[in-house]
Amino acid sequence: MKKNLFNSIPQGILTVFVAACLARFAWFLLNWGVLDAVFYTDDPEVCRAAAGACWAVIAEKHRPMLFGLYPYEEHWRLVIMMVIYLVTVVVSLMPRFWNLKLLVPLWIFAVVSIFTLLFGGVFGMPFVPSTDWGGLPLTMLLFSGTVLIGMPVAVLLALGRRSPLPVAKGVSVVFIEALRGVPLITILFVAVNVFPLFLPAGVEVNKLLRITVGIAVFFACYQAEVIRGGLQAIPKGQYEAADSLNLSYWQTTRRIILPQALRISLPAITNHIIAAMKNTSFVIIIGLFDILTATTAVMQDPLWRRYYVEAYLFVAAIYLFFGYALSLYARQVEKWINTGRI
Amino acid sequence: MSHLDGSIRGGQKPRATLGSIIYSKTFRTIATQVVMAALVVMAGLFLYNNVVENLRAQSIATGFGFLQQDAQFDIGETPIAYNATDSYARAFLVGLLNTLRVSAAGILLATILGFSVGFARVSSNWLLSKVATGYVEIVRNVPVILQVIFWAVVLRNLPGAREAIDFGGFAFLTNRGLSFAVPATDPIHGPIIYACLAGIVLSILGGYLARRHREKTGRYISMLWPSIGLIFGLPALVWLLGGAPTALSVPALKGFNFRGGVTISPEFTALLIGIALYASGFIAEIVRAGLQATPTGQIEAARSIGLRTRFVMRYVVLPQALRVIVPPLTSQYVSLIKNSSIAVVVGYPDLVNIGNTAMNQTGQAVEAIAVMMMVYLTVSLITSTFMNVYNRLVAIKER
Repeated sequence: MKKNLFNSIPQGILTVFVAACLARFAWFLLNWGVLDAVFYTDDPEVCRAAAGACWAVIAEKHRPMLFGLYPYEEHWRLVIMMVIYLVTVVVSLMPRFWNLKLLVPLWIFAVVSIFTLLFGGVFGMPFVPSTDWGGLPLTMLLFSGTVLIGMPVAVLLALGRRSPLPVAKGVSVVFIEALRGVPLITILFVAVNVFPLFLPAGVEVNKLLRITVGIAVFFACYQAEVIRGGLQAIPKGQYEAADSLNLSYWQTTRRIILPQALRISLPAITNHIIAAMKNTSFVIIIGLFDILTATTAVMQDPLWRRYYVEAYLFVAAIYLFFGYALSLYARQVEKWINTGRI
Repeated sequence: MSHLDGSIRGGQKPRATLGSIIYSKTFRTIATQVVMAALVVMAGLFLYNNVVENLRAQSIATGFGFLQQDAQFDIGETPIAYNATDSYARAFLVGLLNTLRVSAAGILLATILGFSVGFARVSSNWLLSKVATGYVEIVRNVPVILQVIFWAVVLRNLPGAREAIDFGGFAFLTNRGLSFAVPATDPIHGPIIYACLAGIVLSILGGYLARRHREKTGRYISMLWPSIGLIFGLPALVWLLGGAPTALSVPALKGFNFRGGVTISPEFTALLIGIALYASGFIAEIVRAGLQATPTGQIEAARSIGLRTRFVMRYVVLPQALRVIVPPLTSQYVSLIKNSSIAVVVGYPDLVNIGNTAMNQTGQAVEAIAVMMMVYLTVSLITSTFMNVYNRLVAIKER
């Protein structure tokens, strides 16, 4: 205590100063966020009369914030969809369930049921076009699409960049550097405005899919550089050993090089996956109703608009929660790797 | 493989059969690449043809000719003269200058904040380092776009000009931005800036001479106070010689708005705060990693020979830390510049925002987006070149 906080006079002054600021801030938060706050009311006038936060705005508006433009009566479908999604993801992340006989059927079931629930049009559920999807489910879809499409592309780009074939190397380098040099927004513009022009007349690709692929490719270029770092760290002896066993390029890559490279670069890979989750919020620019866009739209309501701080804190808390969960899991995986469990 | 077998069996050259050619490594390498190149070229031609077809069908003109046409829209903030009858090219230029303006301010702010928080994180003061950790975790893990929108809404909900938040009568914060007093224009301002620049050059020169002296004789000359004297004293002297003008241009309420002084728009401020705070979290982590890269043994060794604390920092820790800090710092700067493109959500007229308007007005999406991408690629490239030059200065020099 004394060593860490008061080992000299300037240190002591600093400690007291920081503690005072912290106490002042904590006192403010306590008063504003708890003591003077209104937690539940459907009358904005009650909030207006209170001195503190109006958490009631979340109780009042959580459905349009979490589910966007999706028809109000059909929100139960999204709730079931999110439960299926979360269960599938959590199960897939646990090593004790890592066998293909379990995971493949689980994922097929999850993908089919999630899209059935989202689109509807069968079993008496009204059809909802993908343009009306929104909120947290949309954020989840964009995020998982980014990672599931982006990771394989990233591995291919990283291998291409390390390839002895000049053509493969050239294409990968140009692709990676060009995409890393421009903002994500321009990629989204390309996906929305330019990509349709690239297709033959009459062929159309769903806008949501185009956008997901755009974000995924952008993600892949960053991830490819991280994986390249891992590839560079593999000692030459590993390649030579594989050669001496007469393994082919793909056998060497798949069985010897990639597992080690991905293990080495795991911390950086996780960072980019978390960044990918935050990046889904960029779709506000092209008008997709993810959770941030939906919240911004909801906050136009003249009755409740003055409680925007509470609403945005709620959204920030959701991002913090998922980001924190991801990084905790990544730390656990690193521990498993270090103790040789995977 | 076949070559090896042949030489083992008797040293004859193996016969080149069709099979051995097809299965030989050289042939496969070349064939794979020819196929790859052909695929790339074909895909390119296919896409190009489709674009030309589609644009012809929609009767949209192609090419960059539209850059010469009148833009016909106004821009809120123009660092250079611009009006709606100017060309699209000039509108893009205004956008680029606005992007550079907010990026430069953002880099400055993020660097100062990031280094302070990074130092705070490695501080031996437990409380301070915990507070810094909390700051970093929050600003890094909340999406930057959410932060920018948040600050924009905060600024928009500030009171209007009549109930402005008053900072001692010299600065006012309203929903129209931050207005503050600046010295009234005076002919002496030019020479003052030159004097300041001269002071900086002289103190760098002085520092160099002092180091030479130290390396030759071992005597340390502190250049701290002489440098401060040069950088601040010289401009002050010029100001006195110029008759010490003290007139200020103070913002004053006229009608519904403030006149006089300088006003920073709320869009600029929201964007600046959002992207700079976000980047500062990452920079703080980079700085922390750099500071922790020096082995403790070196610091103890430096202390044991009686080096003072600030010299330990200056001559032992920092030179090694900068080597670790500069490369990732470069990519943070580049990503801050790219993040400034979310200006479009708060209505700050940056390159992307203006490009977006031009795209909607002319329908020339391909060209407008191409302009944006090329500009960002160039800016990213120039930034990393500059930082690489600096990196070479601080990098380990092995002779």
